[in-house]
Amino acid sequence: MSEYFNPFVLPFVLGTIFLFGICIWKYVRWFKQLDRLQRAVIRKNILSWKILPALWECFCEGLLHLRISRKNFVLGYMHRSIAFGWFLLIAVGFVESHITPTVDGAHPFWLAIFYRFFIHSHGTFKGAMLLTTIMDALLLYVLSGILLAMVKKIYSRALGMKKATKHVIFDRFAKASLWCIFPLRLLSESLSASIYHNGGFLTQTIGNWFPIEFAATFELTSWTLYSIALGTFFVTLPFSRYMHIFTEILLIIFRKWGVRETNVRTGYTMYELSACSRCGMCIDHCPLNTELGINNVQSVYFLRNLRYKMDKPDVADNCLLCARCASDCPVNIDLMAIRQQERNKGELDTAGNYTYLDKVQPFNAIGRIGYFGGCMSHLTPGITQSMKTIFEAAGQKYWFMDEDRSICCGRPLIQQGYNQQAADLRRKVTEHIKKSRITMLVTSCPICYQTFKKDYKLNIPVVHHTEYLQMLIKSGRIKVRKDDLRTVYHDPCELGRGCGIYKEPRQVLKATTHLVKAKQEGEDSLCCGITLGDSLIDIDQQKKIRDAAVNNLMYKKPDMIATACPMCKKAFVHSTTLPVKDIAEIVCENLKTDN
Amino acid sequence: MINFGYSIAQTRVVNLDNCNFDKLEQLEKIVPSFKRCMNCGACTATCSAQQFTGFNIRKIKSMYQQAQYDKLAKELEQCMLCGKCTLVCPRGVSLRPAVMNMRKILNTK
Repeated sequence: MSEYFNPFVLPFVLGTIFLFGICIWKYVRWFKQLDRLQRAVIRKNILSWKILPALWECFCEGLLHLRISRKNFVLGYMHRSIAFGWFLLIAVGFVESHITPTVDGAHPFWLAIFYRFFIHSHGTFKGAMLLTTIMDALLLYVLSGILLAMVKKIYSRALGMKKATKHVIFDRFAKASLWCIFPLRLLSESLSASIYHNGGFLTQTIGNWFPIEFAATFELTSWTLYSIALGTFFVTLPFSRYMHIFTEILLIIFRKWGVRETNVRTGYTMYELSACSRCGMCIDHCPLNTELGINNVQSVYFLRNLRYKMDKPDVADNCLLCARCASDCPVNIDLMAIRQQERNKGELDTAGNYTYLDKVQPFNAIGRIGYFGGCMSHLTPGITQSMKTIFEAAGQKYWFMDEDRSICCGRPLIQQGYNQQAADLRRKVTEHIKKSRITMLVTSCPICYQTFKKDYKLNIPVVHHTEYLQMLIKSGRIKVRKDDLRTVYHDPCELGRGCGIYKEPRQVLKATTHLVKAKQEGEDSLCCGITLGDSLIDIDQQKKIRDAAVNNLMYKKPDMIATACPMCKKAFVHSTTLPVKDIAEIVCENLKTDN
Repeated sequence: MINFGYSIAQTRVVNLDNCNFDKLEQLEKIVPSFKRCMNCGACTATCSAQQFTGFNIRKIKSMYQQAQYDKLAKELEQCMLCGKCTLVCPRGVSLRPAVMNMRKILNTK
């Protein structure tokens, strides 16, 4: 071993040992903090085939960063070149050092890292020159990424990011050492190439520029600096954002096994917090940032505050819960769930709060379907009225369960962290539904829809009215004509990003009117601003967000705005001269009656 | 007495000179729009909880402004936080956040 040892490798070796020690210690601690159900899910799936798609996703996201590439190619290239390039440098370097016949047959693990310092020829095996060329090409690949990162630091708009993240001191330190690693590697290998002529197309060319005496004087210094840069990076890594490199892999595997966030913080949340790379993709599209200039509450800062236990009041509460950041997040962290964990008010004394709901009489609705308008639909009677007409036109017997006395579904309480009160309401509504023996539940409000679907256990199909209308039209139970208005569709956050319903409303609109595109739609649609998620911004601020959403819809100069949420409708009517209609109203107006 | 289905509220006298308005100031700092209220009662008319019980958000608001905090905390717990009041308010008062903060302030001793 002494043949391939020089004291300068120590910073790297110690750094590596420290890095893996700390990582394993942290991961084991967090694993112990997983709750019983999460561990049961892991136990159930640990030996299943799910590991294969998980590893594939690790490759695509951890190394290739495909999700970022899809949003922004240059940014994707930057991340890919550093992650995938460095991974290949390590992998190919490992192969190269292991097939090189060494004097004493030993292959210490740092040999791959400091190969050109210790091995003074191109190697005495076949294909050695090819490997040297590959290593040089990979180094160039990584350096191109580092160069882009430096450009981004100076002028982030060049890489399509309006705002870059403000980093904490650990991150700055780790980033500085990361940026030093590869230029120093290039310099060290070039200096060695200058002396031993063992470089490739890149390092040998640069090496030839240096006089031999100069190279001989500074070679050891340069390799030492390279080793120190690596060591520093490894020591700071577990405390900085670069912890995401390893954590993301574990997170992807856990997620594929079926582990999900709960409504309190568990070890899984700790993995998610560390998997955030603080890339800042969540900042640019947050309506609070773009419209109101509030730029310290976005998910990246929210997760950072939690991870470093920084005490910043109001950050958890100042969020629209529109989930736009979650659709931008390249790591797919369950940002909304973590937000709600922090809002969770925990155990509260709720005795006697909602006893008045006992006044709701049980109703026997055998053979009918249930229709739940939701509180907000009562503010937009056009929607409930249209639904009644449509039910009748389809010959569907229905029971309008909250026609005169509406019980809230409980989701507004959940959004503010009053989980226990929400559970009380849920119990009441569930009882009410179970007793009525309806066979299906149709709801007009996406907020109710989301909670009926995810939090209630009803054992009957729950559909939003857009899905229901689509079914009616497709099966021919109602006939509609097509009008000649150009209509744009606004995706409500709770229906689109919340429940993944994008297709059905569009199919209904295509059948009844001419659908035109909005500037940003589907997963990228904007929040209407009048949300129950944020309790800190006031009405004037909400109006600014709403106006931005309306502007986004005006992209193709439509004649009508369609939406599928009473709140969005309520928001838009005051902001535009165009008619704003719910899909139910549009269908109702275009109903064809047989005669 | 004949039951007409409604009753007449007891006469109340509140001596505002003897009231402590710290809690009101605290609330107005967090929800400045609270001052804008003109007592129209649209919030109460639309309230989901009001359809079942005597829960009266306008009355609660007035009592809070007059520093009459007895039983107010418990009364506020009846709110389902559905947010309709905020949406219908013609003066743009953020009532839902106001209810949440009233709860918070009244529950901290």
